Amino acid sequence: MDSTALLIAATLSAGTVLAIAALGLLINEKAGIVNLGAEGMMLCAAIAGFATVVHTGNSWLGFAAGMAAGAFLAAVFGVLVIWLNTNQYATGLALSLFGAGFSAFAGIKYVQEKLPEQPQYPIPFLADVPLLGPALFRQHPMVYIAMALTAGLIWFLYRTRAGLVLRSVGESPESAHALGYPVRRIRLAAVVAGGALCGLAGAYVSVAYTPLWVEGMIAGKGWIALALTTFATWRPARVLLGAYLFGGVTMLQFHLQSLGVNVPTQFLSMLPYLATIVVLVLISRNPLWIRVNMPSSIGKPFYPGA
Amino acid sequence: MTDLQKRSLLKLAALSAVAAAALVGCGKKEEAAPAAPAAAPAASAPAAKAEPLKVAFAYVGPVGDGGWTYAHDNGRKAVQKEFGDKVVTSFVEKVPESADAERVIRDMAAQGNKLIFGTTFGYMEPMLKVANDTKDVKFEHATGYKQADNMRTYDSRTYEGAYMAGVIAGKMSKSGTLGVVGSVPIPEVVRNINSFTLGAQSVNPKVKTKVVWVNEWFNPPKETEAATALINGGADVLFQNTDSSAVLQTAEKMGKRAFGWDSDMTAYGPKAHLASAVINWGPYYIKAVGEALDGKWKGNTASWWGVKEGAIDIVSIAADVPDDTKKRIEEVKAGLKDGSFAIWKGPITDNTGKELLAKDVVADDKFLGGLKTYVKGVEGKVPGN
Repeated sequence: MDSTALLIAATLSAGTVLAIAALGLLINEKAGIVNLGAEGMMLCAAIAGFATVVHTGNSWLGFAAGMAAGAFLAAVFGVLVIWLNTNQYATGLALSLFGAGFSAFAGIKYVQEKLPEQPQYPIPFLADVPLLGPALFRQHPMVYIAMALTAGLIWFLYRTRAGLVLRSVGESPESAHALGYPVRRIRLAAVVAGGALCGLAGAYVSVAYTPLWVEGMIAGKGWIALALTTFATWRPARVLLGAYLFGGVTMLQFHLQSLGVNVPTQFLSMLPYLATIVVLVLISRNPLWIRVNMPSSIGKPFYPGA
Repeated sequence: MTDLQKRSLLKLAALSAVAAAALVGCGKKEEAAPAAPAAAPAASAPAAKAEPLKVAFAYVGPVGDGGWTYAHDNGRKAVQKEFGDKVVTSFVEKVPESADAERVIRDMAAQGNKLIFGTTFGYMEPMLKVANDTKDVKFEHATGYKQADNMRTYDSRTYEGAYMAGVIAGKMSKSGTLGVVGSVPIPEVVRNINSFTLGAQSVNPKVKTKVVWVNEWFNPPKETEAATALINGGADVLFQNTDSSAVLQTAEKMGKRAFGWDSDMTAYGPKAHLASAVINWGPYYIKAVGEALDGKWKGNTASWWGVKEGAIDIVSIAADVPDDTKKRIEEVKAGLKDGSFAIWKGPITDNTGKELLAKDVVADDKFLGGLKTYVKGVEGKVPGN
């Protein structure tokens, strides 16, 4: 039973990175922008966050630095694709490549650095509940923040006027423009917010999850987050679910190995991807769902007055 | 934070070019000998007429990886220090194990390098190709098995470091369960896992080793997850054959113990760190360059250096490791040096009970090179076998 609790705890922790990044990308895509630069933004945020913690010793400042780095890169991307109408996919790819190279360059000095010891965050009383305590209530605060973000995003997108405007910009920028909404600025805001969340996820990796800096340490999580938004048919709750599913199967395969279950490890390495795709395809197999949830103008440039 | 932000803002435009260069990899650096053309020739008469020997190194990772490539570059620095102005060393880092490797190695030969080191398995074919075309250049390939008249191979006995780490692990484990994060299930890694376990069993025969494979050499988040799974499965001392310090740091975070690998990793987890098994390429590189300088260099050979030659060591043993264990490590080192001790000496059985080595039989290098099963005490099966 104890190992089940530990598996759940590890799952939540592993899924959090993906959840935060994917929620950020979801905001982008709801406004009609696809940012393939997630991986690059996360890498830059990882080194920004890590370097900040090295110099200040405060991991919360590190998270803030990561968010700022992500937001800044996203803003550059936003200006390029929204005002200069460069191709979103090509620009995003360029951002990913740039981020990988730049973070490696900026991080040269930090390769051997280590972070000060991190505090533990058990929730008083709840952490001592048998089973549930170790499973749920001894997590890094970022785990709860990811859950809160999901709830907040559902509320924002579907219960507020601002959320409605954001979605309308993603559905039909021409109509939103005709109604007098500043489509380009709204899109930029969405892109920056998404970048900040990707940045938060990147900083969480280098500051809390794997507290070190090495080149390329995000190791593809940005791409998985991108795929996750699509498979989750742009629904925040499903994004969170998908992230935990992916994290869970990732952890499960390692736990199976450590229990000595005799399955080829190459197959186990494939499992998280397979399971996530299968489950999310199953829950979103209704084509209507996809049509209803997919922002119609996703990836398309918008020319006001055209 | 703001510092870094400002920096990235200022340099963004200029750095897209730098980033592109970094991506294509291959940061090229040349370290000229501290030139003293007037003074030196008097000291070494035969070398006086000769041009300095140009020696080039191709690295798979960045020199700042803190592990594999970092260790090789320390070897290069040792060569430069040893031979001074008789050699000019240079390196190209982050050379991918692909067609790019051939281009880089060919380029090195074209630039007048007469001795070229390739430091990863994946350079084997490209290097052999270039070696066949440029007969006047000598090639040294790490961890491979293909040779030519002007190409030879070298490797280090990393398993000796793994064994010594195992001795410490066996002593320090309270649960009797050790965990290993494996990279890719090739004989070298299987050999290290087995040697680690043999070392642990030499002080605690009941010890068990759990293995989790990540199927990659370098993926810190995955290494973290694998280490977490091992700790959750009851392991209290971890060991890894992957390239980052993530496993050590995970142990630090979760209050367990672990080792450094390839280079001294004490700083990454001061409380968790038990010792670091390190590779020192310097002695071999000095020997190879010395042979090339003296005209004694021969191809078609393979070198496999260990503790005996000073290529493998275990360093920075934690203060709380008991003195008798430290003494035992010194005995192992001494025994490996004078040949009185062999790690792979029978009786050794695999974990299904089949005999691998009969009593008092010492394994030869061929046996060690083809090891594909776990020894007794390691749980599970080697993937793919």
